[in-house]
Amino acid sequence: MPTSTLIILLLAVSSALYYFGRQRSLAVAGGEIRKLHSLPSYYGYYAALWCLLPALAVLLLWNGFESKVITTLVVNGLPAEVRNVDDARLGLMINDIRNLATGGVVSARPDPAMQTAASHYQDLQNISRAALAVVALVIASIGGFLAWRKIATGHRARNKVESIVKGFLLSSSTLAIFTTLGIVLSVLFEAIRFFQHVSITDFLFGLSWSPQMAIRADQVGSSGAFGAIPLFVGTMLISFIAMMVAAPIGLMAAIYLSEYASRRVRAIVKPVMEILAGIPTVVYGFFAALTVAPFLRDTGSMIGLDVSSESALAAGLVMGIMIIPFVSSLSDDVINAVPQAMRDGAYGLGATRSETIRQVIIPAALPGIVGGMLLAVSRAIGETMIVVMAAGLSANLTANPLEAVTTVTVQIVTLLVGDQEFDSPKTLAAFALGLSLFVTTLILNIVALHVVRKYREQYE
Amino acid sequence: MDIAMNTTEALMSPDSTDATSVHKPVRDAVGSPLLDATDARMTCRNVNVYYGEKHAIHDVSLDIGKNEVIAMIGPSGCGKSTFLRCLNRMNDTIEGCRVSGQIQIDDQDIYDKSIDVVPLRAQVGMVFQKPNPFPKSIFDNVAYGPRIHGLAGNRTDLDEIVETSLQKAGLWEEVKDRLDQPGTGLSGGQQQRLCIARAIAVSPEVILMDEPCSALDPIATARIEELIDELRSNFTIAIVTHSMQQAARVSQRTAYFHLGDLIEVGATEQIFTNPTHKLTEDYITGRFG
Ligand SMILES: Nc1ncnc2c1ncn2[C@@H]1O[C@H](COP(=O)(O)OP(=O)(O)OP(=O)(O)O)[C@@H](O)[C@H]1O
Ligand SMILES: [Mg+2]
Repeated sequence: MPTSTLIILLLAVSSALYYFGRQRSLAVAGGEIRKLHSLPSYYGYYAALWCLLPALAVLLLWNGFESKVITTLVVNGLPAEVRNVDDARLGLMINDIRNLATGGVVSARPDPAMQTAASHYQDLQNISRAALAVVALVIASIGGFLAWRKIATGHRARNKVESIVKGFLLSSSTLAIFTTLGIVLSVLFEAIRFFQHVSITDFLFGLSWSPQMAIRADQVGSSGAFGAIPLFVGTMLISFIAMMVAAPIGLMAAIYLSEYASRRVRAIVKPVMEILAGIPTVVYGFFAALTVAPFLRDTGSMIGLDVSSESALAAGLVMGIMIIPFVSSLSDDVINAVPQAMRDGAYGLGATRSETIRQVIIPAALPGIVGGMLLAVSRAIGETMIVVMAAGLSANLTANPLEAVTTVTVQIVTLLVGDQEFDSPKTLAAFALGLSLFVTTLILNIVALHVVRKYREQYE
Repeated sequence: MDIAMNTTEALMSPDSTDATSVHKPVRDAVGSPLLDATDARMTCRNVNVYYGEKHAIHDVSLDIGKNEVIAMIGPSGCGKSTFLRCLNRMNDTIEGCRVSGQIQIDDQDIYDKSIDVVPLRAQVGMVFQKPNPFPKSIFDNVAYGPRIHGLAGNRTDLDEIVETSLQKAGLWEEVKDRLDQPGTGLSGGQQQRLCIARAIAVSPEVILMDEPCSALDPIATARIEELIDELRSNFTIAIVTHSMQQAARVSQRTAYFHLGDLIEVGATEQIFTNPTHKLTEDYITGRFG
């Protein structure tokens, strides 16, 4: 039977055990719940979990090893002359057998040996499925029965169920950690491979970035330059412009919303801000490229400035607008977290609203606001789409916001778009960039969290 | 005249005070809530407060005398804080709160359109239930009021204001060596005295205190009570408290509130030994509240 049916069946059995466990606990207590150590439902969960978990574990293990075991058996069953080929051919053959067995596309016309192998494969698989179903159901019943038998008035079902729940929660949280770790490690190893081609100092301090290089020896082409400074500068320039827009506007919006706006205004403005936050960045990107950039170029040419059609300014401005809701909702939260008592204290001394805000609320909320800003910066650094569309791809080393620049994320995208060889320095450079990006945002986030935490209790 | 008449009326119908009829507004309080014009610092006439639809204070008339401590007592939710907050228009900061009637300080209607709340609140200071020092240094906490009202011409003046305020609040000896440390690092009792110092630094005429000792231990409470008694020579103090003993110890007059009505006002001794109104008596003897 298919795995999904089996799982549904197991769930049904464990639900039944929930019911029986509950009934039994009531029965042993003679209907008096007070006599039980735990509530009846805990006994139900206890029986159900003992039924479900071992069976699921067996199911997982079985599925993990099944294909390997079957393949080995099938290969051993092949005639010797077919079997004695090199590993690559054998792998291909096994694939064909599998495809034959499951009715997929095969690479060559099947010969009789393959046909027998395929039907052998299919037989084995059917046996395995059936066996799994039987084993899992038997284990579920045994586990459930044992747990059911254990139920007695003094049995601490609640503690056991709670510890299983705790186990689940723990494994969920570690899953996130391990995923992060996995990503970091994979990026790290690729980056190390890159640094075998290009030295770290050249990468970190080089002033020129042109990753195009000859792939084959007979090609003509540049040898590639991997100095990341222009990218770092471009990233900083754009993030700086974005923050110049987002920080004051976002903060002032937050102050208005939390201190001045009446409930009605807040009820309208806040959701609208959230819509702004929900617009996909691609949309911001073409807004930047098709509306803001031409506008800047035209205005520039009117006052005699030479603005390139893709400029850091356009990308930065639009990115700033994109981050406003982020900044304002974070600041709004911290400002609202400042206790009412602070405001009362200031108003009670005769401070005006703006004095209260400037001298009491903002200082009290400052750590949180700074933390929020740092988080916003790391968002700006990580933003890609707007820059791709509005700031261009040319790695100019410039601090002039009217010129085209490029950023780390954009370069990662361009390095990896299209067909690539995965061990050329050009491709690997993406990982080195990714690593530096990761380290930067990590440091920013750590500093932000530290700042927030250090001063959090100040007004408690 | 009018008031005296209603007073006797209330006295003659004691059954209007039992639990079933307490929702009916008791028009005027037993005992005279009013003082001679020369003695009164603040006068309140027919004050009504609404929170949206909710009528929280019914027609309260009460005078607050010069250099007196007036205690406001009553069961929880009866409107003591609400009434107190009317006296320096702190209710303005609450959305949906509406105040009618007349409240005067030194013959000035504080709810008049022409009145600015900034000088008013410098004149009528406030100390809150929970100590709420700003997350600034001890010095800056006390200097905050003088700074926003421009009371000190230079740093020496400011230093002096801070020192005398802390001395009056009985905190100077404890903090004089660490004025630059955060006010939030003090103990609860010290924080409350810091808040009192902060309030008196702007030399108000009236100080409103809303349960200033409810977060403090008995020793800190005793210090604050002593302090209130000393402050009486310079300031008028209106204090809300849940402790009868405290009211009896620190105040000269006591006002009893019940469900938004002012029930009885009188000399503290009289209220506690010989209350006229049955509700007051019930509350004081601990029968409810
Ligand atoms: N901000 C507000 N919005 C709406 N209703 C309020 C508000 N503040 C107080 N009230 C209501 O007004 C009434 C009086 O409240 P108030 O806080 O003045 O009571 P209190 O006498 O100070 O009570 P306590 O002794 O518990 O402090 C209560 O019924 C309360 O529910
Ligand atoms: Mg109160």
